[in-house]
Amino acid sequence: MLAEPILAFFLILRVRKILRNTDQQNDWEKPIKVILYGIVGLFLAGEIFRLDYLTKWIWDLFLFGIIGFAFLRTEFSATRTLMYAVMPFAIVSFSKNVFEALNIEKYNFIDAYLKVGAAFSIVWLIAMAIVSGRQQKALRKEQAKTRQEEEQRKWMAIRKEELEKIVSERTSELRQQKEQIEQTLTELKATQAQLIQSEKMASLGELTAGIAHEIQNPLNFVNNFSEVNTELITEMHQAIDKGNFEEVKEISKDIEDNEKKIIFHGKRADAIVKGMLQHSRRSASGEKEPTDINALADEYLRLAYHGLRAKDKTFNATMKTEFDETIGYMNIIPQDIGRAILNLITNAFYAVSEKKKMAAESYEPTVIVGTKKTGNKVLITVQDNGNGIPQKIVDKIFQPFFTTKPTGQGTGLGLSLSYDIVKGHSGQLKVETKDGEGSEFTIQLPLI
Amino acid sequence: MKVLVVDDEKDVQILFEQRFRKEIRSGEMDLLFAFSGEEALRFMKDHNHEAVLILSDINMPGMSGLELLHQIKVKYEKPPPVVMMITAYGDDENYAQAMEWGADDFLTKPIDFNVLKQKLKDKINV
Repeated sequence: MLAEPILAFFLILRVRKILRNTDQQNDWEKPIKVILYGIVGLFLAGEIFRLDYLTKWIWDLFLFGIIGFAFLRTEFSATRTLMYAVMPFAIVSFSKNVFEALNIEKYNFIDAYLKVGAAFSIVWLIAMAIVSGRQQKALRKEQAKTRQEEEQRKWMAIRKEELEKIVSERTSELRQQKEQIEQTLTELKATQAQLIQSEKMASLGELTAGIAHEIQNPLNFVNNFSEVNTELITEMHQAIDKGNFEEVKEISKDIEDNEKKIIFHGKRADAIVKGMLQHSRRSASGEKEPTDINALADEYLRLAYHGLRAKDKTFNATMKTEFDETIGYMNIIPQDIGRAILNLITNAFYAVSEKKKMAAESYEPTVIVGTKKTGNKVLITVQDNGNGIPQKIVDKIFQPFFTTKPTGQGTGLGLSLSYDIVKGHSGQLKVETKDGEGSEFTIQLPLI
Repeated sequence: MKVLVVDDEKDVQILFEQRFRKEIRSGEMDLLFAFSGEEALRFMKDHNHEAVLILSDINMPGMSGLELLHQIKVKYEKPPPVVMMITAYGDDENYAQAMEWGADDFLTKPIDFNVLKQKLKDKINV
């Protein structure tokens, strides 16, 4: 009787393996170990002490016990196929023992049944064991697949979380950058407005000295002709007293002439102050009005000249005007176009004074301001015989902040502003220049 | 006394003629006019330094009053005439330059003719 203990031993091993395969909590490791030792111990005890007659019942009981246990406890449900495999063998073994005990196993038909039963039970056992093995294998495969999928799901969830975190971080970074850029843009706009204003004020500063000179001259006449008239009136009274009406007539004629001079120079001072106010005013509020472009150009030419003279005593240049008297009035914003002309004239004076520093004694710095009507256009030209503009920078001169003047002397906004002003009048600002011979800037405005 | 007045403003002639009409009438003064520095120099050359006194503006197109002063005071061999500067810019720089180049006086616009007359008399008497 060797088969029962071996079968019991391997059955328990198998049960342990199946239990290990299930994902459920396994509390049977220790009891199974004890049972395995028990099987070995019982088997050895049976062999050594010849207790075969006793142990064969114990083996049968043990097998039935395991089978019953497997069908009663749900946690052993996975082992049931295996139990079906063992069941016939246990029954045959038990039957054999019963027949032996009853001493009727020697009957031929019983012996034959037992032999057939034993053979069948062994075949059945092997077949079912294979089926069970396959089932277990498939189960393990399924479980492994599930586990793998589970792990993959977990991994994906983690990755998803990580990605979402990165995305939200990037989003907030981008938002922050956008806010920073928007702030910088606002600051830039403010700075630009400030720069334009300071450019206006700078050119006003340049003009201040010229304006002072231009006002002092008419004031000189107003004051002095007034005083002369006071004296003349006293003289006239004396002449009246003397009855010399020929002299009275003469004196009154002088008074009249002087009065005309006073009015003329008073108006001249008035125009200068108005021009100054217009210059400092913001151009946004400026409106187009009929303007005598020749008078405007002439005024700014004088202002620019005297302004430079006031700053630099050694500065000197010949000013020429070539005005087309047929233009009449044209519709422009006078302070804006005046500013554009002023910038061109200031640049022209700068160019000739720079050349004067290097040129021969015979060099005569000359700036010519001209106007010309062609068709429905008016051209305002500012020409100088300075050093001209090198070809490589001629494309850049209208760009904001481009300047050839030493640091601190020019904002680099003059021509850029002039360009914008002329564009704003639907006109064009062009330059023609020859290296070493001079430049000519032309403002072309539509005559509306 | 011949006085040469140099100024680019044409109305200066009428003004001076009016203000000095008594002196002109009495023959005390003879006023001559030039409307630029270049014209003044030409006049001086042509008339052999006739004028004994020059009144010059500083700010003029072309040759400035200061340059005129320089030419007269430095480059002329004969004892130079009296040169008085009259300018709208009464600033230190102009004044210092005028004095360095030998100006005899420095007046600012608007001109006070009473002061000018007194100064002219003083110069002649000296």
